[in-house]
Amino acid sequence: MLTYLRKRIIASALPLVVVIIGVFALARMTGNPAALYLPLNATDTMREEFAARNGLDQPILVQMAQYFGGIFRLDFGTSMRTGEDAATMALRAFPATLQLAATTMIIAILLAVVVGSVAAMKPNGIWDRCSSFISMTAASIPDFWLAIVGIWVFAITLGWVPTSGVVGAAAWFLPVATLVMRPFGTLVQVIRGAMVSALSEPYIKLARSKGATEYRVIGQHALRNAAAPGLTVAGDLTVGLVNGAVVVETIFGWPGIGKLMIDSIMQRDFAVLQACVLLTAVAIFILNILIDLGYALLDPRVRPSAGARKRRKARAAQGPTQGSDPRTPQLVGASMATTESIRGN
Amino acid sequence: MMTEMLDPVAKEQAMDEAVLQVQGLDVDIRTPKGTVRVVSSVGFSARRGKTLALLGESGCGKSMTAKAIAGLLDPVASVAGGKAYLDAQDLFSMNGKRRRAVAGEGLGIVFQDALAALNPVYTIGTQLGEAFRIHRGASRKQAKAEAIELMRRVGIPEPETRVNSYPHQFSGGMRQRILIAMAVALSPKLLIADEPTTALDVTVQAQIMQLLRKLRSEEQMAVVLITHDLAVVAEEADDVCVMYAGNVVEQGSVQRVFAQPTHPYTKGLLSSVPTDAHRGQGLTSIPGSPPELSKIPAGCVYQDRCPLAAAICREQRPELHETGPGQRSACHFSQQVAEMKPIDDSATGEDAH
Repeated sequence: MLTYLRKRIIASALPLVVVIIGVFALARMTGNPAALYLPLNATDTMREEFAARNGLDQPILVQMAQYFGGIFRLDFGTSMRTGEDAATMALRAFPATLQLAATTMIIAILLAVVVGSVAAMKPNGIWDRCSSFISMTAASIPDFWLAIVGIWVFAITLGWVPTSGVVGAAAWFLPVATLVMRPFGTLVQVIRGAMVSALSEPYIKLARSKGATEYRVIGQHALRNAAAPGLTVAGDLTVGLVNGAVVVETIFGWPGIGKLMIDSIMQRDFAVLQACVLLTAVAIFILNILIDLGYALLDPRVRPSAGARKRRKARAAQGPTQGSDPRTPQLVGASMATTESIRGN
Repeated sequence: MMTEMLDPVAKEQAMDEAVLQVQGLDVDIRTPKGTVRVVSSVGFSARRGKTLALLGESGCGKSMTAKAIAGLLDPVASVAGGKAYLDAQDLFSMNGKRRRAVAGEGLGIVFQDALAALNPVYTIGTQLGEAFRIHRGASRKQAKAEAIELMRRVGIPEPETRVNSYPHQFSGGMRQRILIAMAVALSPKLLIADEPTTALDVTVQAQIMQLLRKLRSEEQMAVVLITHDLAVVAEEADDVCVMYAGNVVEQGSVQRVFAQPTHPYTKGLLSSVPTDAHRGQGLTSIPGSPPELSKIPAGCVYQDRCPLAAAICREQRPELHETGPGQRSACHFSQQVAEMKPIDDSATGEDAH
């Protein structure tokens, strides 16, 4: 586990540095913040003073070096807009995004599992065709369009929900409903495909030969096998949401990291923008580790064989080990085969 | 040796022993080109404590027959006619719920490819105990205890620790043992073994067959053994049912059928077994290959490869008829099969009748 973590951290470090450099450089191309923060008639002296105060008078490489130095001291700079610590601002906005992402994904996964499984029971049947149509539509509707139509219908015409904000359960309805569409549509297709292939496997026949009910056959034997591809895609989709659902957060005034990022870009608030990017990158890194762990949890074949380790311990306790190292499944199989032929009849 | 079979009383008793009776079973497969009959009026019975072998080449319908009886046909295939009685219960007229109650409890099945048949994401213990959870309402703990007991019965070493292992952590022979354990978990009256040793090497094959024999005598199960291996039939089976292109061409006791085959196909199969073969000598085989199931000719299914084929064989499909004590053959010329010449010089045997 520690080896695995170490490998993952080393592998993620370089892309992270590249991302920060990219954001650092790109943000500065949007223009000089002084133009936004100082009055139009500001004198050159005021501008120079402002630049010096925010470290913008230094060459870009020096600024970058200072920034990287700051990261190691956990100093992510201060917001030009509010004078607050940039990291604090990013961390304050992040829970709103996480809550929105989690709610969306839970609903999308639950719905997709049900619809996808039902569709897979009779490939090309009526339910399969219906779910295929619905999921294709859901996956391809643009979210900004859906958000605007949603506001128009539910908030303005019907007046059931507020147009924006986070107060009360009703405020969640439109953002979640908008965001759920693409993950739902994509996952239905993935789960349907994985379920169709799982249901044609011989182990399904074996389960039926034991008298298992359809619920048991589909909900346990097939679904557990179909879950791995579902997890991969669900992971990617979650990454997209954690990154900040920029459009949806902006339209609904959701105070999440996506909205903070957009605001920071608009205001040329470099430190906050960088903190947001850094925070989401770390979150995605953690998410990927969780996905890997989930994968191992679902499919024992990709685990570093906990069973073999336990057996090795048991054998060591019983007496001298049998020479072969039963760490990999292949070797376990081979050593079992020898045991079998030795035991003979 | 089988004279007692002629005795009506003994015959009556033999019928009583029949755990499975299949009559006139037809199985159809729907293909894009239309419906194909892959099993055609197949009938046999399997007796308590005995092994019946369904013998034939691949694609002859033996596996389809087994799947139809077990209720595990693929969605494209369906039973088109006939009856199958398991202890007087009509299997084909049951609803889903009753069928599930029979599965595992009355009828167990051992599949061919153990790695594919075991669910890769569940432990062996979970899968072995599942039948007890489904049929006996066992708790997880009880089911696991039963699983360990089953593993011990089929000879898997260290069952207490291995019960938590996954299928990929076992060897092929061990996996096959696990499959067998699963099939016999609830002591079914009938065990169907679909080519249980095909994927295994020879030494392991022998062990698996021995295990099946041991369990059969312990449980007094009727065993239906599906195989293409004549040696396995000779060693393991009491009765044999020879299938060709979806039809039963000959059936009877193994001793009788193998000693005195009364169908040219059986005869051909038996003379293809190399005995006393010398280096450099060619192996005998039946010329030609089985017909495509969508293009089965009218008349006898074997006519294209049969050295005895005559005009009647092209017009009229032979019915199974008694050719000896408990032996039946579907050949118009069953009387002449005994005098049939060995195949390798039968190229001119067409006018033998």
